[in-house]
Amino acid sequence: MISRQREKVFRFYIPLGLFLIFLLFPFYWMFATTFKSDAELYNLNLNPFLIHTWSLANLKHLFTQTPFLRWLYNTFFVAITSTLISLSTSLLAAYGIQRIRFKGSSLMGIGIFFCYLVPPTILFIPLATMVFKLRLWDSLWALSLIYPTFLIPFCTWLLMGYFNSIPKELEECAMIDGASRLWIFWRVIIPLSLPGILSAGIFAFTLSWNEYLYALTFISTSLKKTVSVGLVTELVRGDVYHWGPLMAGALFGSVPVALVYSFFVEYYVAGMTGALKE
Amino acid sequence: MRVGRSSNKILQRKEALGLLFTAPADLILLLLLAYPFVLGIWLSFTDTIIGRSGGFVGLQNYIDLFHSEVFRLTAFNTVLYTCVAVFFKLVMGFALAIVLNRDFKGKGLVRAIVLLPWIVPTALSTIAFWWIFDSNFSCISWLLLKLQVIRSPINFLGDTINARASVIIVNIWRGIPFFTIGLMAGLQTINQTLYEAADIDGATPWVKFKSITLPLIMPLLSVITTFSIIWTFADFQLIWIMTRGGPDNATHIFGTFSFQRAIAGGHLGEGAAISAFIFPVLLISVLITSKYLKRES
Repeated sequence: MISRQREKVFRFYIPLGLFLIFLLFPFYWMFATTFKSDAELYNLNLNPFLIHTWSLANLKHLFTQTPFLRWLYNTFFVAITSTLISLSTSLLAAYGIQRIRFKGSSLMGIGIFFCYLVPPTILFIPLATMVFKLRLWDSLWALSLIYPTFLIPFCTWLLMGYFNSIPKELEECAMIDGASRLWIFWRVIIPLSLPGILSAGIFAFTLSWNEYLYALTFISTSLKKTVSVGLVTELVRGDVYHWGPLMAGALFGSVPVALVYSFFVEYYVAGMTGALKE
Repeated sequence: MRVGRSSNKILQRKEALGLLFTAPADLILLLLLAYPFVLGIWLSFTDTIIGRSGGFVGLQNYIDLFHSEVFRLTAFNTVLYTCVAVFFKLVMGFALAIVLNRDFKGKGLVRAIVLLPWIVPTALSTIAFWWIFDSNFSCISWLLLKLQVIRSPINFLGDTINARASVIIVNIWRGIPFFTIGLMAGLQTINQTLYEAADIDGATPWVKFKSITLPLIMPLLSVITTFSIIWTFADFQLIWIMTRGGPDNATHIFGTFSFQRAIAGGHLGEGAAISAFIFPVLLISVLITSKYLKRES
């Protein structure tokens, strides 16, 4: 009995503990740094892993001396608009490919899937010239329109899997009753695939919240930046790093997406594994 | 084959309807993904700079790159970064998936926590690592100094070897959850009776892993690895934030170098040529994935 307990400690608790420390430490570090005073932050005689005196100075700096709230709003705006564009187009596309089964539909499905594999690092230079010509330079709408290029392939692929699990008979019954394709799509398919839509939506939201390269390339005005881009460019001045406010920004920039994620974690995991298995 | 008139009409309607449903998505992907993809290849054959559209220069950009020492170093860095990071992500992610593949109290919570590095914006967690790797106030240095392992703070991002190791560690940290969560889903589908049968035959854990777990999870593992290779090979933000490719270009990879040349330096044509080198890896990955997809269907 004792040896079995010991085996469990070595095979399970110790590895799990080490992994969790490795994966979680940066978050603790963000948190601890946020609530320390500058004096404490740069005092090497104090144990840096503890907070000796709590201070709200970094938060005050972040919220009053930088346009952090504005950046949060911008990120939110882009994430919501690009998610909505992606979800609505993906729903239609997934239904068309999976259920209408027209000539070349499976080829189109695979084609859309491969779009997901094209990384932004290949596209950002030509897109920059296009954004400039379309007069969308330095506009958040450029991001709202371009993010769907990596959201649509993923959402479509995910929703195709969900539509596949809805029995065809339901549709056929409705068709015999004289319902149109659009009516079926709206009244039968969408209500039945709400969990899938939620998965795709959460995924799209977190992916656009996390985007960095396009936001860095296409936006130049400080007030129009997203959180990820704004923090580094505004709080690092030459060799001067404002570590306290930087960590406060990293913490509070992560909170919204972590909150969304924590409410729907099951959908998120289902979406991730579902898309992989498809 | 002869098709009746009425069914022909239905077929035509089906085609039209299908195209109509897929049109919005297709349009966005054609205009903002396929077209820029081709445009990027065209740009790489021109000497375009920001503010002036350039002329066709043939392979000049590519020839210049091959003669550039920085580019050759960048190519080496990219391969090194990808190989080392993907290897450790795979091994550690798989290990964690196996550790978690049992029933225990709080499993849902642990799984949610494990995914956090993947969920949180990479740019923001990278800033935290940047601070962890500070040259004077790093908490790792502090701890090692106190334990008297080192005599002076570690120069994490200012030394070529250390900087490479640092960016790779951050990439591993971020990528483990993807492997773990993906593989956990695969491990759950393996029939437990296989292991029970192996137990009766007296198989060791290693034999069970090698002859049951690995073959059954191979298709899923190859897809996950393919994705990870593409993303790592085409990485940008993590390195751009922490080192900007430095010190002495030791951490420049294709993504960061093309950004530096094209956007910071204004040489769009040259930048496009640099990022074109990501394409071969993309192609190989697409071939591997499509082979797997075909076998599935």
